[in-house]
Amino acid sequence: MSRSLADRNSRHSDTGSSRSRQGDDPAPETEHSPRTPVDRLSNRRRRRLIGIALLGTLLLASCVLSILIGAKLISPDAVLRALLSTTRTENHVIVYDLRIPRTIVGVLAGSALGLAGALMQGYTRNPIAGPSVLGITQGAGLAVVLAVFTLGITGMLGFVWFSFGGALLSALAVFAIGSFGRGGATPVALALAGAAISALLQALTSALVLLDRQSMDVYRFWKVGSIAISDMTVISQVVPFLLLGLLLGLASAPGLNALSLGDDMAAALGHNVTRTRTVGVAAIAVLVGSAVALCGPISFVGLVVPHIARYFSGPDHRWLLPFAALTGACLVLLADLVGRIVARPSEIQVGVMLAMIGAPFFIALVRRRRLMRL
Amino acid sequence: MKALAETSPARTSATRVPGRRPLRLGPVSTVLRPRPLLVLFAGLLALLVVFACDLALGDYPITPVGVLRTLFGGGDTGESLVVFQLRLPRGLTGLLVGAALGLAGAVTQAVVRNPLASPDLLGVTAGAGAAASAVIVTGGALGGISGFAASVGLPVVALLGGLITGVLVALLSYRSGVDSFRLVLVGIGMNAMMVNATLWLLTMGEVQDAGRAMVWLTGSLNARGWENVVPVALSLAVLVPVTLLGCHVLGALQFDDDTMHGLGVRVTTARAAMLLSAAVLASLATAAAGPIAFVALSTPQIALRLAGTARPPLVLSMLLGATLVVGADLIARTVFGSLALPVGVVTAVLGAPYLIYLLVHRYREVRT
Repeated sequence: MSRSLADRNSRHSDTGSSRSRQGDDPAPETEHSPRTPVDRLSNRRRRRLIGIALLGTLLLASCVLSILIGAKLISPDAVLRALLSTTRTENHVIVYDLRIPRTIVGVLAGSALGLAGALMQGYTRNPIAGPSVLGITQGAGLAVVLAVFTLGITGMLGFVWFSFGGALLSALAVFAIGSFGRGGATPVALALAGAAISALLQALTSALVLLDRQSMDVYRFWKVGSIAISDMTVISQVVPFLLLGLLLGLASAPGLNALSLGDDMAAALGHNVTRTRTVGVAAIAVLVGSAVALCGPISFVGLVVPHIARYFSGPDHRWLLPFAALTGACLVLLADLVGRIVARPSEIQVGVMLAMIGAPFFIALVRRRRLMRL
Repeated sequence: MKALAETSPARTSATRVPGRRPLRLGPVSTVLRPRPLLVLFAGLLALLVVFACDLALGDYPITPVGVLRTLFGGGDTGESLVVFQLRLPRGLTGLLVGAALGLAGAVTQAVVRNPLASPDLLGVTAGAGAAASAVIVTGGALGGISGFAASVGLPVVALLGGLITGVLVALLSYRSGVDSFRLVLVGIGMNAMMVNATLWLLTMGEVQDAGRAMVWLTGSLNARGWENVVPVALSLAVLVPVTLLGCHVLGALQFDDDTMHGLGVRVTTARAAMLLSAAVLASLATAAAGPIAFVALSTPQIALRLAGTARPPLVLSMLLGATLVVGADLIARTVFGSLALPVGVVTAVLGAPYLIYLLVHRYREVRT
């Protein structure tokens, strides 16, 4: 009990003085010069704006690179000519049917997963929360394996709706279980319900996969995650959901800020706690469901991107959420790019590359900077 | 308090805290709480019943009396063969592995102060899994040393993989002290690397090797003999008392660093020692039976809710972990006998609904 009290106290002081604590950051220029709170406020604001601009530029650059560079070596001016021409040359097909869809999927899925991760960590108030913790990824996985096992579907295109439905259903189940107990969907109840559901679904998936070799063969490739989807119709079907999720997610920032003060304080500030949480979980479910449907479970993004974004944006969700979305998109695109370059002429899936490049970077970041707590 | 009670009994009755009975033995005094003790005995009883059933049931059913007689040296040769060569080593492996996982989970959750934390999170299990999958997948193609290692040294490889990962996480998160938040984040990163290395290895190999690796990665007690029991039992015999002795610092580890310093706890030493013991316990369990999911995560939370304590109770978590694994293996063996379902699947199917039930019928709001 005393622990939760201490926790809440520290959280109060955390959020209450988050602006005036700017001087704690290890930036050298703030070490000695005394500053007024107004100075600090504008300084932090400027840094955040610069951060957003930098991330936007980086995203744009990675998009361009992702179209220019691929398994087949095509010179930049050839790519440009293929982009502008309408004849179906080989380069034209590669650029329009492979690289552009892939870039779009990378940007959308990366930003969705990054945003969903930040939302999840905010709502469960737990730094370990990620898409795989609330059972959403596992729901999608089970649905895919069931589709293979019972209906014999093997093409990637057939999976999209199964994984989307599975993700939504499992998110619904987690939220229902988490909110049944006394006190509604508290962070701990949500997190534990997610852990229980994800373990259950994972076990069922493993059982099916072990029974059926064909499911195993499909599952092991689905599980790694890849953004190499070339069918624009699938993308255009999922994109509306994704955009809806992005909107819902970004709009829930003020509610999340209030919830981070604790339920009672949020209610006292005039927020409807239940409604805020319901909207949040809906946003998470739609975001992760459509991202997983497009490119499989890339769990690393949702888990790690919020921490990276939090270093630069601070704990204010109005800044953290856009930062997380942009960082997620950049990270996925860049990791995919490296995966295409290092293993020519084949490629390494983006999920693997993300963990192999992203994890060391993340660990270095965790070691170097002052820890930004949730 | 006692002196006060002798001088002015009227005032004592006014200031007495209701419902907390003290237990005094010479210089030691503690609060006697009946519920954790009762739950502890119930857990012990449940473990005994499940273990007895595990020895008695199977393709060759033996009566409970027959089991007892065989255990004490009687019984015919068939019964003693089944009990001593097949069921006892397998059951004991399950029991020890479950106990180790339960204890490791309880210690991790208490130190990291997060109900989602488990040794899996710190990358220990994933490291063991990655090492084992590497051996399984490359062993099929290369033969030679890997092939030999695949048949004999798989537990050793897994143990080494888990331990190296655990030590790496600890070293990487050390920065003038071990901060539990930083440790968790480094653990997440390390875990992601190991998990994805495993996944990549699975896609690299032949589908048969991938299938074998998948069976190992789900956790199985199939064909466990005395050669599996003895190393785990010996290491647990050393580790469990040490960990339980260290548990008095766990109460202090609930607080933030400043409070802990104020209470006179060597924060870094205590934290590192407890986490290291959890990592070793989890690696040992993983080496013996593969990564049995969910036990380390769920049993401390179930134990916490059953006993109604402020942090995961260690001994009860051990008992429940052992009960869960032995019970799950019993079900996997008897109900799904021909399918040879790995125990890791059944633990989650058994444990998850129970945790969900406890969450829905919450006794009280508990925060770890």
